[in-house]
Amino acid sequence: MTALTQVNRRSFLAGAAAIGGGLSLGFRIPFGLAGAQAADSVPEVNAWVVIRPDDTVVIRIARSEMGQGTLTGLAQLVAEELECDWSKITTEYPTPGQNVARNRVWGNFSTGGSRGIRESNQYVREGGAAAREMLIRAAAAGWGVPLAECSAANSVITHEPSGRTTTYGKVAAEAAKLEPPKDIELKDPKDWKIAGKPLKRLDTADKVNGKQVYGIDLRFPGMLTATIRDCPVPGGKVKSFDAAKVEGMRGVKKVVPVGDTAVAVVADNFWNARTALAALPIVWDEGPNVKVTSATIADMLKEGLDAEQAFVGNKAGDAKAALAGAAKVVEAVYSYPYQSHSPMEPMNTTALYTPEKCEVWCPTQSAEGILAAIAEVSGLPVAKCDVYKVLLGGGFGRRGAFTDFARQAVQIAIQMPGTPVKLLWTREEDMTHDYYHPITQCKLRGGLDAAGNLVGLQMRISGQSILAAVFPQNLKDGMDPAAFQGLNPGGPEAAFGYNIPNVLIDHAMRNPHIRPGFWRGVNTNHNAIYSECFIDELAHAAGKNPLEFRRKMLKPKHLAVLNAAAERAGYGKAPTGTYHGLAQFMGYGSYVAACAEVSVSTEGRLKIHRIVAATNPGHAVNPAQIERQVAGSFVYGLSAALYGEITVNGGAIEQTNFDTYNVMRIDEMPKVEVVIVPTGDFWGGVGEPTICVAAPAVLNAIFAATGKRIRSLPLKDQDLKRV
Amino acid sequence: MLRLTINEHTQQVDVDPDTPLLWVLRDTLSLTGTKYGCGIAQCGACTVHIDGIATRSCSMPVSAVGARKITTIEGLAANGTLHKVQQAWIDNDVPQCGYCQSGMIMAVAALLKDNATPTDADIDSTITNICRCGTYQQVREAIHAAAAKA
Repeated sequence: MTALTQVNRRSFLAGAAAIGGGLSLGFRIPFGLAGAQAADSVPEVNAWVVIRPDDTVVIRIARSEMGQGTLTGLAQLVAEELECDWSKITTEYPTPGQNVARNRVWGNFSTGGSRGIRESNQYVREGGAAAREMLIRAAAAGWGVPLAECSAANSVITHEPSGRTTTYGKVAAEAAKLEPPKDIELKDPKDWKIAGKPLKRLDTADKVNGKQVYGIDLRFPGMLTATIRDCPVPGGKVKSFDAAKVEGMRGVKKVVPVGDTAVAVVADNFWNARTALAALPIVWDEGPNVKVTSATIADMLKEGLDAEQAFVGNKAGDAKAALAGAAKVVEAVYSYPYQSHSPMEPMNTTALYTPEKCEVWCPTQSAEGILAAIAEVSGLPVAKCDVYKVLLGGGFGRRGAFTDFARQAVQIAIQMPGTPVKLLWTREEDMTHDYYHPITQCKLRGGLDAAGNLVGLQMRISGQSILAAVFPQNLKDGMDPAAFQGLNPGGPEAAFGYNIPNVLIDHAMRNPHIRPGFWRGVNTNHNAIYSECFIDELAHAAGKNPLEFRRKMLKPKHLAVLNAAAERAGYGKAPTGTYHGLAQFMGYGSYVAACAEVSVSTEGRLKIHRIVAATNPGHAVNPAQIERQVAGSFVYGLSAALYGEITVNGGAIEQTNFDTYNVMRIDEMPKVEVVIVPTGDFWGGVGEPTICVAAPAVLNAIFAATGKRIRSLPLKDQDLKRV
Repeated sequence: MLRLTINEHTQQVDVDPDTPLLWVLRDTLSLTGTKYGCGIAQCGACTVHIDGIATRSCSMPVSAVGARKITTIEGLAANGTLHKVQQAWIDNDVPQCGYCQSGMIMAVAALLKDNATPTDADIDSTITNICRCGTYQQVREAIHAAAAKA
């Protein structure tokens, strides 16, 4: 028996035992579903809905909440069909182990690619509707009246002819015994009362008083804390370390190797672990990449700009011939640097391993991915492993496809069986061992005819493929289709917005040793800068208004969002001293556009006054949270544009913390206005799509203000003084 | 042993005197509302009040606190009533992931104590906390809303 298995799992309050004096607030450690616990189990109506006798409605959420509001949005969709009282909603996460045991009844847990709502809206609404039908049927049976005479609203079931009523809580136990209905009809979104409304988030209260539990906050009786140092150069290894030098230091319990690339110190608390690790002599075998620098990477990519071989992602007509016959040819080279995710909560996982069971508590966007990873690392079957999700202190893709931190935690816990170990990375470890936004360069050539029409466009992207590193099985004959995000000839996900008769967009894959990852917006970030800034260059070369130039070429849905943003912003009528820039793009199934309003002082100081964004996500499940996601995406995207640059020297990452990898603060926050224009004919994403239009809109506005065309980022390295 | 006054309680702690206050709060006293973000006083996630002054606890050795009074996010509400900044955060639906918000709220509470109706420029120069989710627009609105409540 471990310390942990002796406690009553549901009622155990972490922290209560740790301190006297009533100082700390106890909190419940997440252990999966309440319904799975014997003590207070209430039979579920179905996998998505549990209703307690007091009418509390528990809605199961399979996707991870990391700030994006998916928990609230998904609950709205279930509640809408359930016809329940929104004020009585709570939520809980099933575990991936429970999902496996129940034949994946909750579908996909993965939370990335802005997929949470758009990909599960159908089945979660059906879950709510099915539960409603079962509850009404149970009430009708109880009364002995025909089903058709009963209806439900706000968690109350009414028998219309007699006026009798009952509540969901009173019939839920009977409803749970019924067969689920076969044919489920979903409401027309125009009849929505809960979904589609700008409701407040469900998870705010504990975030303002310190009670909210993140992975970093977990505490168990007997728990130890570890912190880790992985080889600073990817591809390198630990040659040796001298544990004896630190084993006597305060609080140190053990110094352990983690695989062949890392060493961890396990101690009674984080500070003691961190202090000992800093003092631990480690000799690295830095491996084959030790000579790589940002300059060698730039050269590697530059070679790709004119290389013979490249994967073609979008081809129409004959771009080469069109350019050869053009009245005017414009050419430009752009680049986009590596970026770090740096969510505010550094990577962490708490693991408890015994030869019989491996459990982890993990802030993750991909609980099922973590489950598979810990089964592999522990050598135990999946049925003997489980993952308890904890709210993420930011994700942005870092906690998505990647399981590195959880694997490390289990590797450490295996060396201390029966003891819960919390692995917490320092910020320095986090920033130097990220899966970075990939680095690329792009050479563009555009041909204008005598009337200033764009007759041909060539776009050569050279740089890193995320899929080649992370999901090589998703490459298509060596090609990374995701590299063309937003540049595809068509399709519902991320199509290029312009009708241009002759187009050639291709990708010369160049993969440096720095590991790339999905970073909020992923490949749309640089693709939108390349295409939208270059379109702006072409408009000016053609002597045309950038809005009119785009309007003539845009496909209808792309045009509609650009018009919406331009109209709301008053494009062309910028207040004196300020200048407008535009951008539009498509990603994650949604159409987005932005109009930035900036000024640049005579000293070259940029101020972004205002950005108007327009988005068509198909359906708007919660407009208030969409507005927050748009504004937040701009902070993330503009932090990168203004400051973000991860550089490489000696094969290692040079930036270690926010002093060298600066990000936007409130003083640089523009006023963001969001125009939501859902057309209702598809389901698009929200968390990511808008991020990519902020930077090109600002860069185009800077050109309008200064005549300077910025083609490489971050802006901190650029002189913006007027030419 | 060091004596600390935290949220109006006196506590004895047996820690290395060089330990940053942040880690004493989090690991020794289980007051985990105060967050670790950078450890070098850049991000403000660890902001607490020391004698009412907003202080980044990750960079203050616990031995330097002395007899001064520490207030953490757990002690900001008085007698069960939320501080007006906390209430404004709820009313304006500010937090996204929420991780930085303890520090943000403590920084704002200290600002409003010194400056009851801050201008946007006052906010810009005083509130330097990092929020990666990008809640700054709602933070600004909520500060003005809290100030308006007086």
